[in-house]
Amino acid sequence: MYSYTDFDEAFVRNRVSQFRAQVERRIDGSLTEDEFKPLRLMNGLYLQLHAYMLRVAIPYGTISARQMRQLAFIADKWDKGYGHFTTRQNIQYNWPALKDVPDMLEALADVQMHAIQTSGNCIRNVTSDHFAGAAGDEVADPRPYAELLRQWSTDHPEFQFLPRKFKIAVTGAEADRAVIRAHDIGLQLVEQNGEIGFKVIIGGGLGRTPMIGKVVREFLPEADLLPYCEAIVHVYNTLGRRDNKYKARIKITVHENGIDTMRELIEARFAEIRPEFTGVDQEMLAAIKAQFATPALREGDVAAYEAAREMDPVFRAWADTNLTAHRDADHAIVTISIKAHGKTPGDATSDQMRLMADLAEEYAHGELRISHEQNVILPHVHKGDLPAIHAALKAAGLGTANIGLASDIIACPGMDYCALATARSIPIAQEIATRVDELKIEHEVGELKIKISGCINACGHHHVGHIGILGLDRAGVENYQVTLGGDGTQDAAIGTRMGPGFSAEEIVPAIERLMLAYLELRDAPEETFLATFRRLGDAPFKAALYPESEARNAA
Amino acid sequence: MPKPFTPKVVTANALIEGDVIYLTNSGEWSRRHEDARLFTEEAPAEAALSAAALQASEIVGAYLADAEATPKGPKPTHFREAFRATGPSNYAHGKQVDL
Repeated sequence: MYSYTDFDEAFVRNRVSQFRAQVERRIDGSLTEDEFKPLRLMNGLYLQLHAYMLRVAIPYGTISARQMRQLAFIADKWDKGYGHFTTRQNIQYNWPALKDVPDMLEALADVQMHAIQTSGNCIRNVTSDHFAGAAGDEVADPRPYAELLRQWSTDHPEFQFLPRKFKIAVTGAEADRAVIRAHDIGLQLVEQNGEIGFKVIIGGGLGRTPMIGKVVREFLPEADLLPYCEAIVHVYNTLGRRDNKYKARIKITVHENGIDTMRELIEARFAEIRPEFTGVDQEMLAAIKAQFATPALREGDVAAYEAAREMDPVFRAWADTNLTAHRDADHAIVTISIKAHGKTPGDATSDQMRLMADLAEEYAHGELRISHEQNVILPHVHKGDLPAIHAALKAAGLGTANIGLASDIIACPGMDYCALATARSIPIAQEIATRVDELKIEHEVGELKIKISGCINACGHHHVGHIGILGLDRAGVENYQVTLGGDGTQDAAIGTRMGPGFSAEEIVPAIERLMLAYLELRDAPEETFLATFRRLGDAPFKAALYPESEARNAA
Repeated sequence: MPKPFTPKVVTANALIEGDVIYLTNSGEWSRRHEDARLFTEEAPAEAALSAAALQASEIVGAYLADAEATPKGPKPTHFREAFRATGPSNYAHGKQVDL
């Protein structure tokens, strides 16, 4: 894992003391809210419905056991004993008081963490594949590049006032677990003639105008990463619209100017600035890479794992859903579900955080990951240790065997917390998960990604959910629109809206009808919900959603 | 034709705690919606909002929110304001337990 240099340490500490002084000046009245707001946003502090909210960056989702314990400490000392893991691999505290925030940032700095650039019109926390460095299918670990991009983008003088926020994701594998096609810049590590480089995608994004990103460069040599990204953001900064907030993201710039014009402008700027990058960045990259070396994996037999599979059906069910192949056959990647049925997706209590930190320390080289799907991952676990880990997780309410299934729902905070929301998301997620648990059908239904956003900004990624749910305010009542067929992977697709929305009472039964219809419609248990939808199209699913109009049409 | 004025309260967030507050009849701020002054005419409502906006060292983001009179005091008419007046639905946190 990356460890701060003296420069990083001084930079973060300096920012904390700067912000401490700014908070003092706000409280004593020297700064107005209009003056203070951009300063607090630069440091991740929002004002939400019921309280302030502090968004803390977890760069590319990688976190140490020590850092996780500190997040628990902060939750206990200055919040209400829990934190919310987000779809950008961050953690949010929902209840801090303004006067305490500098102390919280100081406590974060103590473990090399911060909240810088988690808000505002700048380059945000760079996200990555949560299985990076452990997955068997990757060309290389994407995190050193994500760290290099983080350093380059932090306080970059040219990019402090972009037309709008800017999000970068990096993955090392063809199987896209980082939703790179829904990012302003998506980077995929690829190998060509034995050389490492990037496929570069720009102009993806969700929100009110969802777009799948377009390839701007099929192969970018590794050493050109920073100048090329700088050229992209430069062109966007120059060309991006500042007259209309809703047309300000690079997806609109690409859409309005066309990918070919964008490519020409980017390549021209790249040619201009490339000579300024004399190789210092590559020296830094080499130093960063050394810190991401795979930990020394232990050897040993996996008999305990095989025995537990044989003897314990609860363990077997968990192993079947929550484990992913590690590149070492005797190891596994463990996904800890933060989606117990009926609980708030992505919320972990301080006790749960401490337990996960303990497990990481004891069994997983002290390392954890946060996924954009709001779960926690132990990336390097010897299979022989899995029964002990499962037992400890189960006892703490973290043993839910539902990864990738119907109750593993992404949900934004929605109107329970967010000032921008138009409807609630969390209760809908809780009710769907509770219902599928009552019906005991999710293992039969198999892979199904349900994603819920409480407003059109789409933090809950509903556009790329196999089933997407968008909560809106229709004449003063919460109303939920359903989209089907979205996909956030390498086969990215935006879901199709099915028809009129449902009330808060109607939406859960409607989702249930969809799942039951799918079970009738699929060719074989191997055909997933998404594959069945792609084969059959809207009609049979619409019929399940709107049985009354179906009956009318038949009459 | 402009929309007829509907009764409103002045609401904001407290600067330090960030929680929801309402302007009362006495010109103080209360944590309880039912303590709010209900404005039935536009001019005094706008005047109270302008005055509130000057209290920058105590409050943030004052605005007018729709409400209706009840025997126990004003009550929100929109679900967003109802959530602000009570707290989130997933935990017993916020006003529903603090008050």
